[in-house]
Amino acid sequence: MIKILFFALLIKPIVFIVLGLNLQGYKQLPLKGPAVVAANHNSHLDVLVLMSLYPLRRLKYVRPVAAADYFFQNKLWAWIATQCIDIIPIQRSGQSVDTVLAACHQVLESGQILILFPEGSRGQPEQLGQIKKGLFYLMQRHPHVPITPVFMRGLGKALPRGEALFVPFNCDVIIGEPLALSSDANAFITLIRHTFQTLSQRCLGQGVA
Amino acid sequence: MLNLPSHAGYAMGWVLSLLGLASIVSYLLQYRHPERDYTELKKRISSWWWMIGILFICLAISTTTALILFAFISFLALKEFFSIVPLRLHDRRVVFLAYLAIPLQYYWVGIGWYGMFIIFIPVYVFLLLPMRMVLIGETKGFIQSAGIIHWASMLTVYCISHVAYLLILPVKNPQAGGVGLVIFILFMTELNDISQYIAGKLFGKHKIIPKVSPNKTWEGFIGGLLTISLLSTLVAPWLTPLNAWQGLGAGVLISCAGFIGDVVISSVKRDLAIKDSGTLIPGHGGILDRLDSLMYTAPLFFHYCYYLAY
Repeated sequence: MIKILFFALLIKPIVFIVLGLNLQGYKQLPLKGPAVVAANHNSHLDVLVLMSLYPLRRLKYVRPVAAADYFFQNKLWAWIATQCIDIIPIQRSGQSVDTVLAACHQVLESGQILILFPEGSRGQPEQLGQIKKGLFYLMQRHPHVPITPVFMRGLGKALPRGEALFVPFNCDVIIGEPLALSSDANAFITLIRHTFQTLSQRCLGQGVA
Repeated sequence: MLNLPSHAGYAMGWVLSLLGLASIVSYLLQYRHPERDYTELKKRISSWWWMIGILFICLAISTTTALILFAFISFLALKEFFSIVPLRLHDRRVVFLAYLAIPLQYYWVGIGWYGMFIIFIPVYVFLLLPMRMVLIGETKGFIQSAGIIHWASMLTVYCISHVAYLLILPVKNPQAGGVGLVIFILFMTELNDISQYIAGKLFGKHKIIPKVSPNKTWEGFIGGLLTISLLSTLVAPWLTPLNAWQGLGAGVLISCAGFIGDVVISSVKRDLAIKDSGTLIPGHGGILDRLDSLMYTAPLFFHYCYYLAY
């Protein structure tokens, strides 16, 4: 309930009115789970924008993966992360791959929609970072779950890493066709990188000069 | 709705009837040619209903709501501009200041402080933005960013706010009022776009500026010029403080300026290699695609009237 109010009254108006999206390929967005939405990562706004694309009644089933070590640093952040956004917290260090992914497996098995960022962290504003192998390992156990790629541009200008001042810009959100899982981790990473680059060509906005 | 000057109310009725006619025609076309796809035309017309509906409601409620609407339109246009041009990450804070100029500019309009309204962006904002940039300290790309940010503010905030100031001018034609002037400039500008387009489709042969906009022809331009000059001569005495001869001048001015505004924004888009400036208005593209002509016609028409009638 808090999640729905948070998005209906605060996040959706910010995303659609103050920010403004150039949305392409909306029909490709998986509205029913189990499904994975894999997007590039530039800003804290990424998760909020992706979740705003969903109708309010579907929000309950949309779960973003986020770093526990970052979001549980202070109480306010932790409250927002768990109550308003309902993240799946992931420990980024010191655990085996299986423990880290356990929660994600559970989410997919219960038929929900998982939002994750294959780059892992936000990295340099508006630049595609190194793509990690986590998504590949996760999908080994769910070979038939569709992976929908989403490329976003502009959010790294609106609210880049390490900045507190929010500056409105229209943002591109380009949703692509579901990806086929490759048999090899490196091939899969190349596929994701290539897909992001292809989708980025449909953006109206400019990267940072 | 009740305190609208009579001519302004009639003009709104005329616009709505015209739009209703356009809707009917689009449905008839689809009915006559079921095999053709008129989705784009229907989207365009339905967007017109939304735009005109919102505008008329805001104009009818009060001057303040109309000013808020124009300020919001300026914000959307400025944001769209900043989103498609290349800016540096360092420019974020400067862009933020440029946004802050919007409520101030419309506040000067609201209190009717003409002197401030007319110099705020060309002088104060112009001088202040580069100063903020200097404090950030990044000099690589300085000239380009300073130019882009100020140019965008001039086009989308300064120029558009002239439409809003028409509402504040002392009333010289009590039957039309400020609302009459606003409807006049908005619809002459948009009808000019439409009639240039239609005349170009029907008779277009000789290209004016093939490098910028290959669809613009002399025939289209002249067709629009004749239509708007005639229309303006007839309508100006009724909706503005101008007489028929002055209305003819206004028509020529609006038609030429509208054309220039259109091709200026076309050049911007061509430079950036994009077709539309955004996706805000279904069937039209972005808000800059709709405001392009108005950014040129509004200040020129404003000063034309201001010189002749005030």
